[in-house]
Parts: sequence; C-alpha cells; structure tokens
Amino acid sequence: MSEFLQLCFNGTALGARYALVALGFVIIYRATGVINFAQGGLLALGAYLAYALNDTAALPFALAVIGAVIASGLIGAATERVVLRKMVGQPVFAVVMVTIGMLFILEQTITSIWGFEALNLGDPWGVQIVRAGDVVLAQRDLWTIGIAGAVLAAFFAFFRFSKLGVAMRATAFDQEAALAQGISARRVFAVSWGISGALACLAGVTLAAGPAALSPGIGAVALIAFPAMIVGGLDSPVGAVLGGLIIGITQALTTGYQEDLFGWAGANFAAVMPYVVMVLILLVRPYGLFGTREVRRI
Amino acid sequence: MASTRSAPDPGVEMLAVRNLEVVYDDLVLVLRGVSLTVADGEIVALLGANGAGKTTLLRAITGLLDIHRGKVTKGGVALQGTPIEKLDAPAIVRRGIAQVMEGRRIFSELTVEENLRTGAYTRKGRGEIAEGYARVLDLFPVLKDRRSSTAGYLSGGEQQMVAMGRALMAAPKLLLLDEPSLGLAPKIVEQIRDIIVEVNRQKTSVLLVEQNAQMALGISTRGYVMETGRIVKDGPAAALLADEDIKEFYLGITGDTGRKSFREVKSYRRKKRWAA
Repeated sequence: MSEFLQLCFNGTALGARYALVALGFVIIYRATGVINFAQGGLLALGAYLAYALNDTAALPFALAVIGAVIASGLIGAATERVVLRKMVGQPVFAVVMVTIGMLFILEQTITSIWGFEALNLGDPWGVQIVRAGDVVLAQRDLWTIGIAGAVLAAFFAFFRFSKLGVAMRATAFDQEAALAQGISARRVFAVSWGISGALACLAGVTLAAGPAALSPGIGAVALIAFPAMIVGGLDSPVGAVLGGLIIGITQALTTGYQEDLFGWAGANFAAVMPYVVMVLILLVRPYGLFGTREVRRI
Repeated sequence: MASTRSAPDPGVEMLAVRNLEVVYDDLVLVLRGVSLTVADGEIVALLGANGAGKTTLLRAITGLLDIHRGKVTKGGVALQGTPIEKLDAPAIVRRGIAQVMEGRRIFSELTVEENLRTGAYTRKGRGEIAEGYARVLDLFPVLKDRRSSTAGYLSGGEQQMVAMGRALMAAPKLLLLDEPSLGLAPKIVEQIRDIIVEVNRQKTSVLLVEQNAQMALGISTRGYVMETGRIVKDGPAAALLADEDIKEFYLGITGDTGRKSFREVKSYRRKKRWAA
C-alpha cells in the first residue's frame, strides 16, 4: 500500500509539470486554433534562463525563477508579435510548421550558448525529504506540486474574474463577436503566448531542478505533455490539468510495477504508457475527457 | 451618458455612409455605391431581402470586413463628421458604435454576467461600468435572475436580450441592430421593439436592419430599402409603410402576382446619389 501511495505521489509531482505545459498548449490552441510545437523549446529556454540568472548573474534562486518566468512570458509574446502575426489568415498547417521550425531554432540557440553538457540548476531543495508514514516526500516534489497548484489556481481565477481573462474566453469562443465588442484579438493572442511562455518556463525550472538535470533534451517533455493535452481535450484548461495528472500518475505506476506487470514489454515501458493511455481514451471519447465537439458554423 | 457626449454640430449626421463600395476576395462586388444617413437621435430602418448586402454594410461600418476578406474600395463612413472607415473594430467601438450581430452571437459558454461584461471591454472606470450594468438590468429585468446562468441555456428571446444588453454596455452613441426579431415569437418581438424605442429615448441613435418591415417601420423615422447592393428606395417611414411595392414585397400584402423584385417594378428608380 505504501508503495502505491509513494508512486502516486511521485506521479502527481510529475503530472503537475505536465499540467503546466499542457495548459500552455491549451491556452494558445483556444485563442488561435494553433498547436504550438515550440512549447518544448520555450520550456528549455526558460530553464536555461533561470540557470543564467541564478548561476551566471548570481541571483538568489527564487528571484532567478521569477525573472526567468517574466522573461519567458515576454519572449512568448514577442514570438507571437514578430513571427505568428505575419501568419494570420494563412492555413493552420503552415502556422504549425512555423512553430516546429521555431522549436529547432530555439534548441540550436540553447546548445550554442550553453553547450550540450548537463548543468546544475542550483535549486535550494537538493535531496531533502519529508516523511509521512512510510511515504518519502521529496521536498522538490512538494514545492513543485505547491507552485504548480498555486499557479494553476491563479490562472483559473484570472480567466474567471478578470476583464482580460473573460475577454480571452470570449475570443476563444467567437473571435468576430469578441471583436465586435471592441476586444482586440491581437492583444488576446499576444497575452496567450505570453502566459504560455511563462507556464513553460515554470515547468522547465521544476523539471531541471536537481543534480545535473538541466540538459538541452529537457524540451522533449513537451512530447509527453502532448498526450496529456489530448487526453483532457484540446480546448479544455481543466482537461489539461487532469490529463497531466493522469499521465503523470500512470507513468509513475508503470515504472513502479514494471517488473510485475509489464515484464514482457521490456524495460522502460513507462515511456510508451502516455501514448497507450491517449489511444485508449480517444477510442472511447474522441474529443478527450473534457473537449468539446467541434461545431462548424457556415 | 448624455453629459459626456459632445454636442454634435447641427447639420452633421450621427452616421453618414457615402457612396460605399465593398468587394470581397478582390472579386465579388457586394455594395455598389450605398449612401445612407442616421441623424442624431433617430431610428432608421434598413430593409431588404437576404443577400441584399445589409450585413455587409454593417460590417463596413463596424470594421469587421477584414476577417471576411472584404475591403472598402470606394466611398466612406463618417461618425459625427469624422471618417472611420480606416479604423479597426476596437477603435470603432471606442468611438461609440456598438452592434447586435445577426444570429445574436452571444458567448454561450460564458455566463450572462460575463457576456455583459465583455460588452464593457472598451470602457474605463468601475463606477461607469457598474452604472451601465445597472441600466442594462433595468432595461431587461428578465436577466436579473439569470445573471449567473450559462448564456447558452437561455431561450432565444433572452439570448437576444443578452446580445442587446452586451452592446449597450459599451454606452454607444449609435446602436446597430442586425435582424433582432429573427426567429422570435411575436410576443417577444413586441418586447424587443419596445426596448429599442426605450433605448432610443435614452439618447442612442439606432440603425435597425430588419426583414420584419412592419415592426421596423413602425418605430422608425425613416427607412431605406436595399436590393443587390444598392439602395433602391428611401423615405419617411410612414410613406414607406403606405408604399404599394413595400406592401407587396415586405409586408406580404399582394395585389397582383409574379413580380419577384423591385427591378421589375415601374416606380423603381436606379438612384445613385452623391455619386462622384
């Protein structure tokens, strides 16, 4: 039993990171109808920015993270303004290809500045733990869950109560009708990219915290957050968070019970599991758990 | 908001559309030189069959042509004498034109209150917005109890009220309504009509696009009739209501049969006023 709880806790910490990335995907998708494949690049860049501020500029860890989150938000918004605004009105396929191109550009930029070697992002938690009965809670994971939870709650409050948040939901629902109310779609797009960049940075920092955990390949986690978003339903923020948790916990459990359950599948079956879950859920609910069936008006 | 409104020059119209030509996709000429005016404090009806170009005219006035790949190729639109045809939609809302789009277009995933708040997006000042909100709930008491309902679950009439309330939250000088009676029961249409009159009494000019000519001309000072991208008839509402052709085509009171459009009517004059 305690092993099960332990795995669930580890999975929740992992899932919280996926949730941050998946929410970033969903926010951009809802606002602009585009799946942003550059999300992984933004995530890695955010983590490296935190490293630069913390290690090179010698800022305290918390300040470095806050600075990196703000910078990533601005980079996200600037990307929208400089690159994607030119693509407004072009076929979605072309826009998606542009985001894939940006992913490679970001990855190359990172390796040419910081190299390929794994770096230490100096997080203050190290390997400290808290014991709850038989379950070992790593402080880093507790912080990750806490920060992710607080940030997600803040964004849901923003979308529910703030003028801009409500305007963003309105634009996601009907862009022309929102324009008719005087809501600037451009502003909404830029803010969506900004929020998404900031979320990616937070996810990157929580993933990279730990000994030698910061490497250019860190952006690949976005590929796992991808099934999390699909499972939840492309256009549902709540779905993104739950999808992230489902995928995270499934992965942790798969790793834990690998020998007993998936011995026949060879080692590292946990890497495949998110996609298995995605396929199974899509077979039952083609629009994801919380997704809306697309209605096209003519 | 009468106090905040700058007094219009006498002789300057609230809205003046001059010889407007609109092309979609650089190819399809939809408005062929339309001219129309709304004076301050007036209700003006714009009648016409489907496809006449009424909605396109509203898009041209409110800056929504872009996203339909439409363009103004000739002529212009002025609000109180200031040209606005080059402004984008948010700027036009800030200048004081709000609209109720055809088919209501409410944000059905949002609550009624959130829908109304989106209408006040361009306004600053909590006090002003709260005042506007109270005014809208006064006009539409039905919405009071439904503030936190998801707007998509409301009846058609209530949704139309949400759409109108949302537009009024912008405190417009000029309100454009695109077929507000479409698909509503006669009793609800009467309510909507009374509300339009009340809104106008509170010093908002109205351009009312309708297929329900009886209702529209009943509350308007003047009216225009549009067909295939042109204004083919205009005049005081009472005169249009008495007009034989209007009776036949828009009020369903037929004298003889077989005529399908103004084109075939003798009194049809191909007018191109203010033409260059």
